Amino acid sequence: MASTVTAPRSETVSDDRRGGAPRRRDINSVGIAPWLFLAPYLVLFLAFVVGPIVYGLYISLHRYDFTLPNKPFVGLENYTDLFTPGSITFSAFWQSMRATGIFTVFSVPLLLVVPLMIALVMNRKFPGRNLFRAVFFAPYVLGVAVVAILWRYLLDSNIGLVNYYLGLLGLPDNTAWTTSTPAAWFALVGVTVWWTLGFNAVIYLAGLQDIPRELYEAAEMDGANRWQQFRHVTLPGLKPVLSFVTMTTIIASANMFGQSYLITKGAPGTETRTAIYQIAETGLRNYQMGSAAAMSYVLTLFLILLSLLVFWLFRDRETPKRQKAGAPVQAAPLMLRQGKG
Amino acid sequence: MRRTTWTAALAAGVTSALVLTGCGGGQGVGGSTAESSGTFSGTYDGPNVELAYWNGFTGGDGPFMQKLVDQFNSEHKNISVKSNTIQWADFYQRVPAAVQAGQGPDVGVMHLDQLATHAARNIIIPLDDLAKEIGLTADDFTQNIWDAGIYKDKRYGIPLDVHSLAMYYNKDHFAKAGITDPPTDEKSFMEALDKLKKAGFATPFWMPSLWPSHLMYLSLMWQGGQEPYGEDGKQAAYDSDAGVAALEWQRSMVDKGYSPPNVAIDSQYAAFKNGKNSITWDGIWQINDLESSKVNYGIAPIPQIFDKPAFWANSHHFFISTQAAKDENKLQASKVFIAWMSEHSADWAGSGMIPARKSVRADAVKGKPQEVIAEQIENMHFLPPVPGVGGVQAETLEPAVANGVLGKGAPADELKSAASKANQLMERNRESFGD
Repeated sequence: MASTVTAPRSETVSDDRRGGAPRRRDINSVGIAPWLFLAPYLVLFLAFVVGPIVYGLYISLHRYDFTLPNKPFVGLENYTDLFTPGSITFSAFWQSMRATGIFTVFSVPLLLVVPLMIALVMNRKFPGRNLFRAVFFAPYVLGVAVVAILWRYLLDSNIGLVNYYLGLLGLPDNTAWTTSTPAAWFALVGVTVWWTLGFNAVIYLAGLQDIPRELYEAAEMDGANRWQQFRHVTLPGLKPVLSFVTMTTIIASANMFGQSYLITKGAPGTETRTAIYQIAETGLRNYQMGSAAAMSYVLTLFLILLSLLVFWLFRDRETPKRQKAGAPVQAAPLMLRQGKG
Repeated sequence: MRRTTWTAALAAGVTSALVLTGCGGGQGVGGSTAESSGTFSGTYDGPNVELAYWNGFTGGDGPFMQKLVDQFNSEHKNISVKSNTIQWADFYQRVPAAVQAGQGPDVGVMHLDQLATHAARNIIIPLDDLAKEIGLTADDFTQNIWDAGIYKDKRYGIPLDVHSLAMYYNKDHFAKAGITDPPTDEKSFMEALDKLKKAGFATPFWMPSLWPSHLMYLSLMWQGGQEPYGEDGKQAAYDSDAGVAALEWQRSMVDKGYSPPNVAIDSQYAAFKNGKNSITWDGIWQINDLESSKVNYGIAPIPQIFDKPAFWANSHHFFISTQAAKDENKLQASKVFIAWMSEHSADWAGSGMIPARKSVRADAVKGKPQEVIAEQIENMHFLPPVPGVGGVQAETLEPAVANGVLGKGAPADELKSAASKANQLMERNRESFGD
């Protein structure tokens, strides 16, 4: 958006010719067109992102039940409750944050590494490659309800197929995949990885195909082996893609809801109830929307801090400053050209 | 869900924002109309009117309700009832928002234990006059059903049916084990389980950890003579002696090997239908589902494990929303609809439910599977009219019962912490509802 101010120089010139209108009006008249172009998105952005953020803050300062006329202002009570042991929301909220944390810690590394390996294989030439690509992407097109109901029955500890086949193989066949931890975490992480790895794999694949072949040839000439090529050509080439995938995967994992809502119902007890699950229960089932909104903001704060950490980890450390400044300028026209073509 | 960033985290805020824009300042809807619902003449002669009729009959009961609605529509030329059937779990989340936005039901059916909640939220209106005018009195119902529809001295629901927990058993398994009659008390129940085990049914009574485990718990608690929320409905008594004994008994079924450990959601019922489980306690609304399955099942009241016969029950009640109360025609038409439905509640027995009206009950259920349950209507127990009790139980009792059955914690400890949390929540609710 910063570019909107500087871009259309020519209009200023034409105004000058017309006889020197005040400079400020120039800038204003110049500014309208880009805003018009932005308007459709901006309206949606204001109505569905900014509006709810502000309104949610308001809600979080009240005992808010939208069905009741009386919504008393309580100041920061909903927030202090979240940080006061023994309060009405404390234990449920932090247990759900713990659940979200466990899920994120175990699912994100798998969702970063496994799809990368699959993308590396899919990037090679071999017969049946398209089928192979489709097979890995297929689960991603299913909705969470389909995936969850399917696995709920497959994973059932007493009547499920997973335990049945484990038994046939002579392995323990009484693992309670949906009613005990840590087995439930294995199940939830496993199902999620199976379900969503196709998306990350496709993004990786696109990134891999953007790495110029010459770099590999040059590396080969220099005597680099497979691993060295991967380490020094593939990984650096994937860096922008990697940071995008990391960020979206972390956010998706931290927002996990459907899998535990439908597969484990939070079982055992409320141990696999994630933060979003708890927020939905508090706000939408028990109508304590003030508490739920406060929980949302605390969760959001965690996600912002986590995102900053990821940005920091992926920051450009090695590139000299001069080159770094030049890079985006070069990249922009290139992207435009691709877009047009 | 997978790629949302802010919005998911702000679900609560978004929803309320939408609701508020939808209804344009939706405070105090029906503030005055809620007090009086007009007079009822028995018929409706006004202009053509369309009624939005919401219910949660998504199972084998759905077609029976639709048949009744169709019949009503064909008999009433100036009233057109449009059904909207939503799963109960979603129903209770949508109705308050929809009614506030003026897009909800005019008339509908909800569970007895939800009436107080929705009355306190000003979603439904009192129906005392309607009950009087269609001649419904306590005499035609069991006292506990009739009283449970009253919140703060006003009646909010017209009972359609009662439905309860029951014991289903596999007749083939019983025959093989040499059991002639369904067990009725603890002694005969345990004997039956041992005989089934001996006959080769290794785990004859699967103990669920989730639904309907807390209904089994409540039933057993009532058998021990304890009201789950005390006599005044203000204090959760989960950790009372009777409550702890109930959960300990449930867990003992696993410890003694009658049930496999870690029974996941719905698998006790699936196992029963597949002949892997010999006995399961479930709602009588499953009758039609079992009828259409191949299992040779029998049905009986759940046995008396503790001091006296008792089992959990609930009831479907008609309600009229504050939305309909704003339109005199819709209000009258809704009353005609409810009065007609109440009179035809005998036909509703086909859905597996038990009609609430005494005058139609005995004939309606005669020869039907639920007849044996209907005979025990005096032993049915209902949750008290405490606003928000459903949400409180989902948040506290259900996880505690699950943990007890799974053996994750000692029943006494689990129930104690659940009770103290429930009391906190109920106190908060009382403050909100201005009790």
